[in-house]
Amino acid sequence: MAVITYRDALNQAIREEMRLDPSVFLMGEEVGVYQGAYKVSRGLLDEFGPMRVVDTPITELGFAGVGVGAAMVGLKPIVEFMTWNFALLAIDQVVNTAAKMRYMSGGQISVPAVFRGPGGSALQLAAQHSQAFESWYAHIPGLKVVMPATPADAKGLLKSAIRDADPVVFIEGEMLYNTKGEVPEGEYLTPIGKADVKREGGDVTLICHSKTVSVALKAAEQLAAEGIEAEVVDLRTIRPLDHDTVLASVSKTHRAVVVEEGWSFAGVGAQVVDVIQREIFDELDSPVLRVTGADVPMPYNKHLEKASKADPPKVIAAVKRVMYLES
Amino acid sequence: MATTVVMEALSPTMEEGRLVEWKKQPGDAVAVGDVLAEVETDKAVMELVARAAGTLLQHAVPAGTTVPVGQTLAHIGAAGEVVEAGSQPAGSQAPVSQAAAGAANGRDKAPTPAAPAATATAPTPAPAAGGRLKASPLARRIAADRGLDLQAVTGTGPEGRIVLRDVETAGGPQASGSRQQAAAQQAAGGRQPDAPRPLVASGAAFTDVPLTQIRKTISKRLAQSIGPIPTFYLTAEADMTRAAEAREGLNALGEGKVSFNDIVIKATALALKQHPACNAWWQEDRIRYWADVHVAMAVAVEDGLITPIIRHADRKTLREIGAEAKDLALRARERKLKPEEYTGGTFSVSNLGMFDIDEFTAIINPPEAGILAVGRIADQAVAHEGQLAIRKRLRLTMSCDHRIIDGATGAQFLRTLVRMLENPLALVW
Repeated sequence: MAVITYRDALNQAIREEMRLDPSVFLMGEEVGVYQGAYKVSRGLLDEFGPMRVVDTPITELGFAGVGVGAAMVGLKPIVEFMTWNFALLAIDQVVNTAAKMRYMSGGQISVPAVFRGPGGSALQLAAQHSQAFESWYAHIPGLKVVMPATPADAKGLLKSAIRDADPVVFIEGEMLYNTKGEVPEGEYLTPIGKADVKREGGDVTLICHSKTVSVALKAAEQLAAEGIEAEVVDLRTIRPLDHDTVLASVSKTHRAVVVEEGWSFAGVGAQVVDVIQREIFDELDSPVLRVTGADVPMPYNKHLEKASKADPPKVIAAVKRVMYLES
Repeated sequence: MATTVVMEALSPTMEEGRLVEWKKQPGDAVAVGDVLAEVETDKAVMELVARAAGTLLQHAVPAGTTVPVGQTLAHIGAAGEVVEAGSQPAGSQAPVSQAAAGAANGRDKAPTPAAPAATATAPTPAPAAGGRLKASPLARRIAADRGLDLQAVTGTGPEGRIVLRDVETAGGPQASGSRQQAAAQQAAGGRQPDAPRPLVASGAAFTDVPLTQIRKTISKRLAQSIGPIPTFYLTAEADMTRAAEAREGLNALGEGKVSFNDIVIKATALALKQHPACNAWWQEDRIRYWADVHVAMAVAVEDGLITPIIRHADRKTLREIGAEAKDLALRARERKLKPEEYTGGTFSVSNLGMFDIDEFTAIINPPEAGILAVGRIADQAVAHEGQLAIRKRLRLTMSCDHRIIDGATGAQFLRTLVRMLENPLALVW
């Protein structure tokens, strides 16, 4: 298997799907001539031309609306947001139009669009540019929310998202673009709605997604040195949430910690905890704990920013509490 | 924000209380622990103390009113503060003590800061009867699957919560295999052991023994026949002539009076120590055999009766029992007993001898297994050592809960008791 970066995996996915289906096109700020703010669209303008790789003005609401309209009349737009922080301006198009159109038209009109871009924090981008909004979008019936953590999942899931008949919110990670991983050769799809066990273990389940997958894996490694075997479940898709994989793992380990980048209140982890306590209450040996971002606007200060993020020491502390090893 | 003062459950069985007298008036400054009012419970007159400091804002009920537990009685707040109607809990609302509210707050805070390591290093035993047993859902399920009694498991989680590792240790291979073993034993024609298998090691305050099938059947059938507590009665007569002489001798010492009742209590306690099968509580799915003997003594009070406890009566001297019984009886009549002084008995004694009753049957005070009804000591013409003689005779009737005590068990206990009374030296043996 080839080892490539997360950004190149996304690039391959877009390129392959654009080659396969002439109705697929890419639009967004700086996706063409500049080849993407994060170089995800490198070489695409050269291969597909300006009709299919469209540089837009800096008008998120406007071009997201254009994308929704294009999807309604039969095209398959990939709408790139430079980050999901900027996409707040476009949320009306995503939530009020894309997510509702199939329902409100009685099934006559679908919106097969992908809205994609990096979410969450990077390094010292401060309060307005460091936000994880997956729980906002996952709240909305009619949207799928996909958040791959590895290059292989990024490629397979983006291809599935582009082929999906309904709108998909595809949230990448700025800090993930340069990470490398093995990606299968040739054509493959990763199904939306399937979590993935990234590491097996019998003592505790760490449920995570996107950037927190590496946090959980690092924590699991350090825990293994202490004789604690953590199973790491990467949700990969936030909505629809893969109950089966989560429940099977927690039924095995009887203890769980949910790790996410976003804020605690009504976060993705809250939904996961709800499912666990409702479906397998009798399997639990301890309350499910959550490790989340601190409940503050992200500080610009480097040390405060670090302290605000979910990290392996916080995960390890939570694991020891659910295992009654520490209070 | 004003703190609501509610009628608290001041005794284990209290459902309502009468506010006898307000000790603090509106406008009075109040410190935590100050007596706000006197409340008459079903058992005694108790003090209701302040759980918050401030100024007593108003009385919600006048003195003399009887109100259910949980109902608002008053408010404590800042001087001049006006209490909103909405802040008053409904009459049916359960009382929330400050201690409980504090604990809840603590729990909310718990997730972030590391709490002191004390909970992890010093495992707390599972709370005994009364306190809610805390166990993780998984621990409960496994205990149920294995037929393991969680009451007998020590919890090592926070606040004594029983967690997986506790049931694994407690159950071990023995518990998980016990059903199969029992089945195999039966299949092989082996005798199902009737002997109680204690789940708690000796040294504990009591031993819980799950009901054997035969005890289950006995309890069900007999309860169907006679009522919730299938009671039978055993009567025996004791010759108290020597006990009377001993009592006279002791009282002649002039160091406090010993009554016949004290002698009966002491003898009963010693006999219970020898027959622990009668020193027990009915606990629905098990019988609790107490390690210590605490004799409850029925005392008549104005319009009722109460049973103060002589704790460890088997270990106390007659003089100690005499002094204690006198003090308890006096305070019982004044309704000044604290709840801990009239709860927790393991066996009861009721004496109507002073009313010249020859013999009677007493009603069991559940969950105790038995009660001894003591009649009067009377001169009777009886055959004594082959001759007709006038002897001091006493009739004792024991009421037995047949679910716990069988006829022979009770009879053996009663025989020991009679022998002790007839030979008072046995009391100091």
